[in-house]
Amino acid sequence: MADAVEVEHLVKRYGSLTAVDGIDFRVPTGTVFAFLGPNGAGKTTTTEILEGLRRRTDGSVQVLGLDPWSDADRLHRKIGVIPQGFRFFEKITPKEAVEYYGSLFGTRPDPHDLLRRVQLDDKTHDRFDTLSGGQKQKLGLALSLTNNPEICFLDEPTTGLDPTARRAIWDVIRSLRSEGRSVFLTTHYLEEAQLLADRVAIIHHGRIIASGAPDAIIASRGRPERLRFAAAPALAEYLGRRLGVAATALDGHVEVELTSESDAPRILAAVAESGIPWAHFETVRDTLEDVFVRLVGQMDDGTLKSEAAA
Amino acid sequence: MRPARILADFKIVVRSYLRNPVALFFSLFFPIILIALFGSIFSSSGAASVPIVVLNEDHNSPQSTALLGALNNTTVVKLSFVNWNASDFAQNLGANDDPVGLIIPEGYGESFYTHQRVDLLLFTNPEDSAVAGEAEFVVSGVTSAINLEAANGTAFVGYAQENVGSPVYSYIDYLIPGLIGFSILTSPMFSMVDVAASYRKDGIFRQLSLTPLTRSEWLTSHIIWYMGLTFVTAGIMIGAGIVLFGAHVTVGLDLIPFLIVGPLLFVSLGMLAGSVARTPESAALIGNIITFPMMFLSGTFFPVSEFPKWLQPVAQVLPLYYVIDGMNQVMLFSNTARAFTDALIVLVIALVIFALAVRFFQWRDE
Repeated sequence: MADAVEVEHLVKRYGSLTAVDGIDFRVPTGTVFAFLGPNGAGKTTTTEILEGLRRRTDGSVQVLGLDPWSDADRLHRKIGVIPQGFRFFEKITPKEAVEYYGSLFGTRPDPHDLLRRVQLDDKTHDRFDTLSGGQKQKLGLALSLTNNPEICFLDEPTTGLDPTARRAIWDVIRSLRSEGRSVFLTTHYLEEAQLLADRVAIIHHGRIIASGAPDAIIASRGRPERLRFAAAPALAEYLGRRLGVAATALDGHVEVELTSESDAPRILAAVAESGIPWAHFETVRDTLEDVFVRLVGQMDDGTLKSEAAA
Repeated sequence: MRPARILADFKIVVRSYLRNPVALFFSLFFPIILIALFGSIFSSSGAASVPIVVLNEDHNSPQSTALLGALNNTTVVKLSFVNWNASDFAQNLGANDDPVGLIIPEGYGESFYTHQRVDLLLFTNPEDSAVAGEAEFVVSGVTSAINLEAANGTAFVGYAQENVGSPVYSYIDYLIPGLIGFSILTSPMFSMVDVAASYRKDGIFRQLSLTPLTRSEWLTSHIIWYMGLTFVTAGIMIGAGIVLFGAHVTVGLDLIPFLIVGPLLFVSLGMLAGSVARTPESAALIGNIITFPMMFLSGTFFPVSEFPKWLQPVAQVLPLYYVIDGMNQVMLFSNTARAFTDALIVLVIALVIFALAVRFFQWRDE
């Protein structure tokens, strides 16, 4: 199947400032793509270029086979968008808002169905200015679905929301994917991306520093799996001496890297021999967040340039 | 332009407005307040009556009652009665800030039979010479008539009054078209400038740009709303002017063009001002720079013909001048031809401004 989004060597400059510095990525149709990066990395600029709200400086961009800037009107009928910090007319209720969007798009969906879908059907007749942050985002999500879009752009849809509201939005994102729609998501919550996304890209200083499936990024860019004990630092010292393995102590924990599966029994035996008391142990893997923090840190140190250079 | 989309947006505009109590108060009561305020400030001279404090020492004589009745019938004076001592009368007047007092002495009624001259005592305050003159004029007129009647005389010299030139209109008649023009200007200008700036800041324009709604559809729905509001406001102002001040204005269908092209012009102008500005602060500034000269120099509060000669050409370059002049032609002078020209001038300006507003009002960034 064709890609819902194709970006090649996208550049956006504001005067002398380069916000997006030649990035490439694809979003295959029917998948969830998470676009990650620290504040000011170029996420929102890129998202707005894809939505046809901003003109690019250079490169090529296709969304659903259309140029977002020059074909904006056609594109807007086929995409759904929640902008960052969604705001709406203060005195208008969710039901009226859905009817409004339905009339503008000529789709006229049943407001109750749509609001039930985003779990806002208990606030159908409340005015926008009385809704909580999570309820406002849910309305934004409902509005982005009024035109039955092929791809949804969700720019930080869960920022500042409580855990229940976030899960409600996750449910909608999963259901969009199961209906064969594509989702382009930006978020600061790495576990959210790891949980929902088929593919992610991490952007920093306008460049993509890692991209691919979350598991693949963790496997290729993360540290090896580790065995972790709740124990005093003396244990790390003992294991290093006894087995010649890399063991580190931090915050009342001792971690030993596993280079192969067979390392684990050997290490456990050595721990038992040491006579040093320990509480419990577990194996730990890097999360996407660990990888993200480390890659961003490395790039700021100058030890990492971009994906191509790495 | 799709009527269905204009209608959908119009519903949002109406609901937003009707659910805003402050906005509603200002559109419905502000016109009445304006008419009442300016009507009473500027129409007071001439219309108000002269208060006279009366001490009647000649109780129960039919002649004193007849005198008071005659004074009352002039409708120029307003009588109030006191029981002061004659010796303290002047002092009490001063203490109470009463400008005019009248003592009808004891024996006033008797004098009609005894043919003894009796003098009414009129007290006036020379500092308030206008009121003093008016009181003297009324009292002397009434006493002359009484003397003439007592002498069984018949008046044979009278006079009839006619106005010089065109019929004379009272200030309130000028004020009604002026203040309708005032609200046609101010209500869209102030709120559209604010809407342009705040909708951009809140990302609402960006949100709308992602829908099939076009900028001209959006602007049109707002223009329709302000046209409706203008009809209501104009109705309230005309009603208040007639009820409160007995205004004499002609209200006809030929007023309608002004209530349509006026809002078309100023909603577009407000949007244009809000669009060329980069920040909400500069939007408000640009809006004020455009609005304030028009607010005072277009014949809103005073007819432009009463302006100094050098100022009149300035008024005539302001678009609001033609809205107000046109309404004056319709409501006061029944000069349809000139009203038609005025409406046409406003229409042409309005269409140009509308086109510029749609051109400059971008809802996505480069």
